[in-house]
Amino acid sequence: MLFAVFLPVLLAIFIPFFSKWKEKIHTGYFVLLAPLAVFIYFIPHVGNDFSPVSQSYDWIPSLNIGLDFYLDGLSLLFVLLISGIGTLVTFYSIFYLHTSERLDQFYVYLLLFMTAMFGVVLSDNVFVLYSFWELTSISSFLLIGYWNYKEGSRYGALKSMLITVFGGLSMLGGFILLSIITETTSIQAMISQADVILSSEYFGLILTLVLLGAFTKSAQFPFHIWLPDAMEAPTPVSAYLHSATMVKAGIFLVARFTPIFSGSDWFFVFVSGIGILTLVWGSYMAVRQTDLKGILAFSTISQLGMIMSMLGFGTSAAIYAAVFHILNHATFKGSLFMIAGIVDHETGTRDIRRLGGLVTLMPISATLAFFGTFSMAGLPLPFLNGFYSKEMFFDATLELNESSIAFANVLAQAIPYLAVFGSIFTFVYSMYLVFGTFMGKQKLDQLKIKPHEAPIGMLISPIILVLGVVLIGLFPNLVNSSFLAHTAEAIYGQSMEAKHVQFWHGWELPLYMSLIVVSVGAILAFTRKYWNGIYSFIPGKLSFNKVYDFLVDQSEKASAKITNVYMTGSLRLYMALILVAILVCSFGVLWITDGFAFENPKVDEITIQEVLIALTMAAAAICTVFTRNKIAAILILGVVGYGLALLFVVYRAPDLALTQLVVETITVALFLLCFYHLPNLRERTEKASQKLVNIIISVAFGTLMTVVAISAHSTKLFAKISDYFVETSYKLGGGHNIVNVILVDMRGIDTLFEIVVLAIAALAIYGLIKLRNKKEAE
Amino acid sequence: MEIIMSILAGVLFTTGIYNLLQKQMLRIIIGTALISHGAHLFILTMGELKTGAPPILEENIKNYTDPLPQALILTSIVISFGVTSLLLVLAYRASKENGTDNMEKLRGNEND
Repeated sequence: MLFAVFLPVLLAIFIPFFSKWKEKIHTGYFVLLAPLAVFIYFIPHVGNDFSPVSQSYDWIPSLNIGLDFYLDGLSLLFVLLISGIGTLVTFYSIFYLHTSERLDQFYVYLLLFMTAMFGVVLSDNVFVLYSFWELTSISSFLLIGYWNYKEGSRYGALKSMLITVFGGLSMLGGFILLSIITETTSIQAMISQADVILSSEYFGLILTLVLLGAFTKSAQFPFHIWLPDAMEAPTPVSAYLHSATMVKAGIFLVARFTPIFSGSDWFFVFVSGIGILTLVWGSYMAVRQTDLKGILAFSTISQLGMIMSMLGFGTSAAIYAAVFHILNHATFKGSLFMIAGIVDHETGTRDIRRLGGLVTLMPISATLAFFGTFSMAGLPLPFLNGFYSKEMFFDATLELNESSIAFANVLAQAIPYLAVFGSIFTFVYSMYLVFGTFMGKQKLDQLKIKPHEAPIGMLISPIILVLGVVLIGLFPNLVNSSFLAHTAEAIYGQSMEAKHVQFWHGWELPLYMSLIVVSVGAILAFTRKYWNGIYSFIPGKLSFNKVYDFLVDQSEKASAKITNVYMTGSLRLYMALILVAILVCSFGVLWITDGFAFENPKVDEITIQEVLIALTMAAAAICTVFTRNKIAAILILGVVGYGLALLFVVYRAPDLALTQLVVETITVALFLLCFYHLPNLRERTEKASQKLVNIIISVAFGTLMTVVAISAHSTKLFAKISDYFVETSYKLGGGHNIVNVILVDMRGIDTLFEIVVLAIAALAIYGLIKLRNKKEAE
Repeated sequence: MEIIMSILAGVLFTTGIYNLLQKQMLRIIIGTALISHGAHLFILTMGELKTGAPPILEENIKNYTDPLPQALILTSIVISFGVTSLLLVLAYRASKENGTDNMEKLRGNEND
């Protein structure tokens, strides 16, 4: 399985080499190998005697993260869908994409996506699942933005990225909580500890976070807005990612965690509530669209909502219907996208208002589209698979479990009506899609190219998919016990008998519901022009795209504003901010820890001369603030320096006094030298408030240092180590001057690098004065 | 005496910081010089003042002033001297080059 998962990526490495010959042989033919091989590898697992297979490989054993793969009925269904439709889509793309496109990039992204999807559905480890999950987001981002010179592509790619990654990250949060609670990272081990999770105090949070991941990925309300914009991608991508595979990753996730979560009634409320809302909203919005792919996008949203709501019902009939519909939806939606692509390819437009009467020009595509849309609409004909799953859906809505939550019971009552309501619109847009495109008046004058039937290669994939539609329609029990029953079992968590699906099951309520849908839908569809006003009036300006745009726009503006407030380019402000931070932290710590101490056993006595020196220094320091004459400023600074030298004398530090005197003299001389060239000091022009802030900050900082000094002096915890230096200065260092012995012997490295500092400063000064670029020299 | 020296260091820091918050380069450099003076005094005060003879070994004297802070300050004086002189020359070049020594005018422009 490891090899199967990574086969597409391995192949992707060679794509740049293959694409060199793309003029002779389309790169897609090489790519075809990967999904086909995986499909062939997994197909033998289908059978009555299926039992789950698991394999693991070490990855990060210390974190208990391994490449654990687990193949049960659920994974098998998805793996076969991904590889099977992947093969067909790749084949279709060979004829769809011209060799003048950047094929190497397209196929590398596509193969990356395949690996990611295989990884998502086969992983048993939550963190590995998450890694692959994000890889699908990234590769989907790359594929949507494939024609990156178009503004719409970039917008759609960014939108889908932001929304799905938002969900992905919250899902990661849920996974981390799950792995902490259960002390395992394996999904199967978590399922066996379902009661631990259900009784955990974090269960609500886990459920919300994981479902957020699933809802964003599967374009559930209100996160559905990225999917219609993702239609900017090349049509094979839309057909593959945004109808059959990636958008079902969220469905897969919910299905995978159903054995854990379905124990809670909130699971039903969230999943079914959101699902049914998405179904109604998506199918209503689809009616308003004029772009073929726009209709299909909203149709996908609504069908995903239907599957999601069935997963939420949690009854065995509903889960079976959900599984069945996952398969059916993949077949008819994939083929419809491909036909939309063919129409686009052969007429140059996807705008349904400019299309019409194409049935005589493109008879094969039209036939395929009829099968696809009728199946999607759930027309009661015995050769359309969509009808069966829709019927099972209605059946399931009528048999909902009682719940302890009052709202859930109300929801359960409303669901059948909502399901019928949504399905009516499904019927309307399906009819609009097929009749608007292929029937009615021909409008050839509005088309850029003269339409004609697509090349046979392009038609093969939709033909195969439509064959699937018809085959499942004619023999709905073909794959039941050998395949779908295992999938449903994996979701339900208990063994389940294969349902016998039949076309005719008597005059039952679901059939009446279907008949209502068809009759009301037909009336609405054929009187569509009278309703156009209503469709464009409701929801009018209510759009979640606006919310998204507003959020993105405002967050950009707000962060720009915040940044502009403090990043003004003024060094004074930065300095002030740094100092205020220091003040707040230090005073805060002093306050919290009650760190100020003022008890001093060893204070030196106060002498007049020291006080005088100190007063002089303080006065000189204060004078530097007020002086406006640069020479005066330099000399006053000199007074401070010489005062310090005097203090060094008083405090028995002869070397320091010497150095300080010399350094102060040189500094003053340097100042004088330099300042001959510098403009004179000006009067300070700052505003009074600014001045006040400066005074407060500087006084506070001075106070802080004094307080720290006094507290530190009052609490000396350990004995000095200087006795060692005094003792060994002569014995080990061979010198009487202890300070000098420390400098060159005991702590010689300090001195070495201090010399380096001086050397660097000297070199830098030399460079600053001597080196100028040519412009200045002139 | 330590208390007075602590206060003096505080005063040096206060005036240094106040100069640092000014717009003119000259004042900023004076500010850094004052702060380094303050820091040196701070270190010296922390090592206890006048507890013995100057740290030069002589016979018959047991009690010496702590030599370690003095060694640290010596290193620090030299380093701050190097930095101050570099700053000076930098200020000289910067004001020559830009025609102003006002820090409010010396900001990078995003479009430069």
